[in-house]
Amino acid sequence: MLTVPVETQILFAGILFFIGLVGLLVRRNLVFMLMSIEIMFNSAGLVFIIAARHWDQPDGQVMFIFILAVTAVEVAIGLALILQVYHHFKTLDVDAINKLKDDNS
Amino acid sequence: MAISGRNAIHSLLFLILSLLAISVVFYLLDAPFIAALEVIIYAGAIMVLFIFVTMMLNIGLEKKQEKRWLNPRMWIIPSLLAAILFIDLMLALRNMPTTVVGKQLILPKQVGISLFTTYLLAVEIAGILLMAGVIGAYHLGSQKKKVLHRFLIKK
Amino acid sequence: MNTIIAIIPALPFISFLILVLFGGKLSRRASGWIGAGSVGIAALLTIITGISLLNSVTGEKYYTIILWKWIHAANLNAEIAFRLDSLSLIFCFVITFVGFLIHIYSIGFMEKDEGFTRFFAYMNLFVCSMLILVLADNILLMYLGWEGVGLCSYLLIGFWYKEPENGTAARKAFIITRIGDTAMIIGIFILFVSFGTFNIQDIMQLAQAKWAVGSSIAVITAALLLGGALGKSAQLPLQTWLPDAMAGPSPVSALIHAATMVTAGVYLIARTNVLFSLAPAVQTVIAIIGALTLLIAGFSALAQHDLKRILAYSTISQIGYMFLALGVGAYSAAIFHFMIHAFFKALLFLAAGVIILVLNEEHDIFKMGGLRKKMPAVFWTFLIGSASLSALPLVTAGFYSKDAILWFSYSSINGSIILWMAGVMGAFLTALYSFRMIFITFFGKTNTEPSFKAGILMTAPLLILAVLSLFGGFVELPASLGSVHLFSGLVNQVLPGVVIKNIENMEWLFQLISGVIALSGIYLAYRFYYRKPAYMETFKNSRLNHFFEKGFEFDKVYDTVFVKPVVWLAETDKKDFFDQLNISIAKLALLGNRVMSLTENGKLRWYLLSFAIGIALILTLMMTQ
Repeated sequence: MLTVPVETQILFAGILFFIGLVGLLVRRNLVFMLMSIEIMFNSAGLVFIIAARHWDQPDGQVMFIFILAVTAVEVAIGLALILQVYHHFKTLDVDAINKLKDDNS
Repeated sequence: MAISGRNAIHSLLFLILSLLAISVVFYLLDAPFIAALEVIIYAGAIMVLFIFVTMMLNIGLEKKQEKRWLNPRMWIIPSLLAAILFIDLMLALRNMPTTVVGKQLILPKQVGISLFTTYLLAVEIAGILLMAGVIGAYHLGSQKKKVLHRFLIKK
Repeated sequence: MNTIIAIIPALPFISFLILVLFGGKLSRRASGWIGAGSVGIAALLTIITGISLLNSVTGEKYYTIILWKWIHAANLNAEIAFRLDSLSLIFCFVITFVGFLIHIYSIGFMEKDEGFTRFFAYMNLFVCSMLILVLADNILLMYLGWEGVGLCSYLLIGFWYKEPENGTAARKAFIITRIGDTAMIIGIFILFVSFGTFNIQDIMQLAQAKWAVGSSIAVITAALLLGGALGKSAQLPLQTWLPDAMAGPSPVSALIHAATMVTAGVYLIARTNVLFSLAPAVQTVIAIIGALTLLIAGFSALAQHDLKRILAYSTISQIGYMFLALGVGAYSAAIFHFMIHAFFKALLFLAAGVIILVLNEEHDIFKMGGLRKKMPAVFWTFLIGSASLSALPLVTAGFYSKDAILWFSYSSINGSIILWMAGVMGAFLTALYSFRMIFITFFGKTNTEPSFKAGILMTAPLLILAVLSLFGGFVELPASLGSVHLFSGLVNQVLPGVVIKNIENMEWLFQLISGVIALSGIYLAYRFYYRKPAYMETFKNSRLNHFFEKGFEFDKVYDTVFVKPVVWLAETDKKDFFDQLNISIAKLALLGNRVMSLTENGKLRWYLLSFAIGIALILTLMMTQ
């Protein structure tokens, strides 16, 4: 139903991905970073659907379903980890979690 | 909107909005089943989980801190990088073959058959993955009250 | 018979290898008897070879054997070749026989020491090196033995390495002898460059033919070789290491620093006597050095209170006598004194070792006393040794050997009355200090009680050496007393006989004088040290006594002139350019580390950024290719 050329569609997914990437790099709050990761996941799935349509096979959509499952798990675990971080460090600033840094000692 | 918002809840709501938009895109891409799935699972379950946790942790109340952290100077380098990558993507797409395949709707039936015959093993593994996620989230989320010595309590 | 002379040094070497490789697994008895046994068998072989040489029907005067080629580079050829003639026979006999007795003694002496096997390994290596030194047919092989004994001396002086001062003493010995060794190797170089061969006999013949008497090259070469001899034999000016070398165990002092290594210099000069006769100036210097050394050492021995240091200075003094004899050309007298000195000096050191061991490591003679009744065997053997050292007339072997030297120091063509007077004065001092030793150590009140009785292993060698110290001199009697010339006849097969001035044979007069001097020395020792009048105490605390005790302050002079400037130079040169270069390399590495660790700051967003930059770079590169 759409007569947009494939390149444009993929570029659109790419824009979405890069928005997510910028958000990931810019934000300091862990929850926001997780949200940006969600956006990136979404864009990846979008590319799969585009490909499914392009090659006219259902395999892309199957892949998207799996991506969905993985995203669900990842969000669950990620939020649980954020809970732990918050209780331990009392803040959600990602820069505060630098215990692994090289102290040059 | 989602990534540049200062209030967490607002950002999340914007994210849900974007997900719905993506769902519409899916529909336009001859994938109605996937569009429905996106709304139900992604926007419906995952985002709701997000919002619950955010509300539980009271994050949105820290408006001043977010304003301090998000000065415009921070956006320059990531935007630059994103631009470079975008240009790369365009260059990569220049040589795409343009095939004209008959585009028709992909029905849920096709997806279902493909899922449960060709990709059966992957389905099972996804199930296991989900179970692992559940168990992990349960353990990670449980908190034991830590009794610290009074000298060790951080102010 | 020729091959046997190769076995003589090989036996101790094989024993050394066995002890080094398997010593940890052998029992103490086994390693002790292997060590001593190898030297014993070598002694036996030496005696057999000696008898065969003396009785040789065909009149051959030496045995040689060439084992294999050692260095073969262009026209530099050296073989491993041994030569046994009468001179090396005498040295071999002394080394192996006295060495065997000392090894037996060591089995008893080192019984409780934890480095037992190591000790015998080093001692065997030493005996092997010394044998190579005296048996060598070419001068490079002799230098190998020379260095070998230097090494073993270092190892054995510093045997008890856990005490730092033992290591310092060992290093001092090694460095000072090294100075002499450097002079010697330059002399060897000159010899090679002049004659193109290392073979000693060839060198002697060629030197005789090509170099004029008194020519500068002969003088220089002889002086350089003399330098080597001075270092090893602890003569002026390189004598400071020997008193400190007493830090080693007593058998070591007996073997190395009394009987063998310190006589290597005497051997060298005797072997290369042609060079020295081509440089009469150097010969005179030898005599003067000998005379001066024996006086200085004699005075120094008078003031020592450590038993072994007295004996050390005594050794320096007696080798001074040997050098005196070499300097006036009385080679056979020098070698004769060497043999007799080896007997009684080894005896004295071994007996001193027994005393020190039994008195729980007490070295100070003023803390000993009254040991005459407590340790009779040691007392009598020590007395015989000291009597021989003081050249007690007629009964002791030392009388005949020292007397021959004194006679030739006057009567030889190169001799003079001054040298004789120095020798006589030295004899007086010798009697004085040796009986001082006896009176203070063995008579009087017992200050330290002996803790145990020495066993047969330690006592038997003392007895044998005592017998030799008494009767060993009868192989060479002067004309006035019977004129037996067995020894000098043997030596003069190889070395030139002494040339005497054209004077009447007044030897009996000189013997009388030296006999009287020796007895008066003993009497004065009795007066000073047995009766102990008050003025002895004031003398003991006087500055002169202190000066003597420090060995005429040679150590301090060397320290100020040589050691301190070098140390200062090293200290100030610590930060020079090359050091800075090395330090800057290290600093550069540290800087790199600090810079790199900035990227490891633990901040998640940094890492993400670096991911993104990396991907951007790679993709851009891929796209633009």
